[in-house]
Amino acid sequence: MAKLKSTLPNMLLSLTVICISAGAILAGVNMYTSGPITEAKAAALQRAITQVTPDFDNDPTADVYKSVTSDGDSLLIYPAIKDGETVGVAVESNTKNGFSGEIKVIVGFAPDGTLINYSILEHAETPGLGSKMEEWFRTDKNNQSVIGRSLADGNLTVSKDGGEIDAITASTITSRAFLNAINRAYSAYKGTDGSTGATGSY
Amino acid sequence: MSNVKIFSNGILKENPVFVLLLGMCPALGTTSSAVNGMGMGLATTFVLLCSNMAVSSIKNLIPDQVRIPAYIVVIATFVTVVQMCMEAFIPSLYASLGLFIPLIVVNCIVLGRAEAFAAKNKLIPSASDGLGIGLGFTFALTLLGATRELFGTGKLFGLHLFPEKFGSLIFVLAPGAFIALGYLIAIVDKLRKA
Amino acid sequence: MENNLIVSPSPHIHGGDSISKNMYGVIIALIPAFLVSLYYFGIGALVVTAVSVIACVGFEYLIQKFLFRQEPTLWDGSAILTGLLLAFNLPSNLPIWIILIGALAAIGIGKMSFGGLGNNIFNPALVGRVFLLISFPTQMTTWPVPGNFPLTYTDAETGATVLSLIKGGSHEFPTYTDMLLGNMGGSFGEVGAIALILGLIYMLVRRIISWHIPVSVIGTVVVFTGIMYAVDPYSYANPLVHLLSGGLLLGAIFMATDYVTSPLTKKGMLLYGVGIGLLTSVIRLFGSYPEGMSFAILIMNAFTPLINSYIKPKHFGGK
Repeated sequence: MAKLKSTLPNMLLSLTVICISAGAILAGVNMYTSGPITEAKAAALQRAITQVTPDFDNDPTADVYKSVTSDGDSLLIYPAIKDGETVGVAVESNTKNGFSGEIKVIVGFAPDGTLINYSILEHAETPGLGSKMEEWFRTDKNNQSVIGRSLADGNLTVSKDGGEIDAITASTITSRAFLNAINRAYSAYKGTDGSTGATGSY
Repeated sequence: MSNVKIFSNGILKENPVFVLLLGMCPALGTTSSAVNGMGMGLATTFVLLCSNMAVSSIKNLIPDQVRIPAYIVVIATFVTVVQMCMEAFIPSLYASLGLFIPLIVVNCIVLGRAEAFAAKNKLIPSASDGLGIGLGFTFALTLLGATRELFGTGKLFGLHLFPEKFGSLIFVLAPGAFIALGYLIAIVDKLRKA
Repeated sequence: MENNLIVSPSPHIHGGDSISKNMYGVIIALIPAFLVSLYYFGIGALVVTAVSVIACVGFEYLIQKFLFRQEPTLWDGSAILTGLLLAFNLPSNLPIWIILIGALAAIGIGKMSFGGLGNNIFNPALVGRVFLLISFPTQMTTWPVPGNFPLTYTDAETGATVLSLIKGGSHEFPTYTDMLLGNMGGSFGEVGAIALILGLIYMLVRRIISWHIPVSVIGTVVVFTGIMYAVDPYSYANPLVHLLSGGLLLGAIFMATDYVTSPLTKKGMLLYGVGIGLLTSVIRLFGSYPEGMSFAILIMNAFTPLINSYIKPKHFGGK
């Protein structure tokens, strides 16, 4: 077959056909993959919630609600309920103070404001330095761990800023950002629940 | 030139990274570990193979003046297919490579092979060229990723070879990518000429 | 033979004996600073220096002998100097294997990859230090507290440098007397201001270096941090603190003035020095690292060929 000449109708026709077929292929693949993609995301979220809250028998992702932090941002809160009683919440929190961009964490609190566990969802911190936060703040060594600490007594800060938590060696900025995300999570949580001594203001 | 020769050409003699010095952005950006490098390489190989075959089979339907936009649409289609499949079935690899997958569209190797080879050759040679160049790219990225992972963290494909505290963090970061790539190019050059 | 006829672009190498004469001159100028660090950091300073010098000379010998297959030039003093300067930029409690990696990076990447002495674009000792700083940030920023000739090596008590105190928002610094004498935390060769200045005076008198680079670097930092201090004395430390802390003096006097990696003309040297001063101040005041001297010198090293091509040396005998 001879090559098509570069006339206007030819060019229009050729590009139109190519674009339509590309669109059709993508639509087909999308139909095929959109299910697994949503499932994978939901499974990852479910795993994270299970990790940071005590046993529950409800579906936290169905009971999710939004709450406002003290600085006016709104965060998602997943309540964990067992036998009709709230045993804890998982708060999806974030901070923009990271060393390289946003850090997303999910933090679990018991109803009395004690931190149960956390899980890093997304971050771009320096590998080998800031990325140590995934383990650092749950390692029970010196004053590193944030687990079991109650935020009802006030915000968590690193020892350099006069707080109680030991910052990651050579990664103070990441440590501050991480604690910022935790504090924001707590402020969103207590903002909606009077029992933890909240200011009650939305 | 036989198909086997076309294929083997892409792997060492015209290796896109070590010899042609094309596709430096993904070569430096995605190779923080051997698995990441290999994943990126295989994704690119798939796109190269498909786009080379597609371009070669429809080359006569594309008028010369609009060939570049036509190629780009073809390439972008396959890249999006790879991206969606990866997100659906290998979410962990997608999480570490996510940002770089869409950039395969503008990887000059893919457009370069479409323009320089597939547009002038029949289907089968185009396929072997795409596969050869793609596997050459995969080989280079895996080697670079393995080097950086080994020196940076003491691991190889996630397997501990020496304690992580002896790893030089610089190799995991951007400057180490440049240093490692430079030395690998020098070594490959030496071997090729020996 | 034909290789000898190629006229390469600057920088050019001096004749053989003047290299080692100047190198040993610089080494002599480093002695006062070494004595100060020996007093405050003791055995640690001695061990780090010895390991670094021996490793640099050793790696240079091995690379020249087995990779380049050329006659090793061990005694021109340049590898010894690189080892000394690398050591002076390290904390005195650094594990020995890290020093070895640093020496390999300095000699292998910083010097030999470019073809050896005279061909390197970047100051090798700084390449080694920055390589280590990025690779082992924890060990490289854990500074031992100075003592009176302490005999311990790795288990010394650790503290912060003046610059990291500033970064951390503190306002309590060592006294100026301590800073002048070197009684403060830091890389062990950078602490003794008076000793470093003695070295500068010696090199100026012996005409090993000219005043242009050190004065322009130090002057720029003092002016820049002075302006910031005048604007907001609470957030920014005063220029004297910046002058006496960190690697400013060591870098300005001994590292920035490296012949191979600095411009050839007086005007070029001034431009280069001002550039280093500006970059250092910007990194110190606004960057995430507390100290920016090594990065500033390396960045300006990269500009040296450009500076040389715009500000050309006069022809010999020309006006």
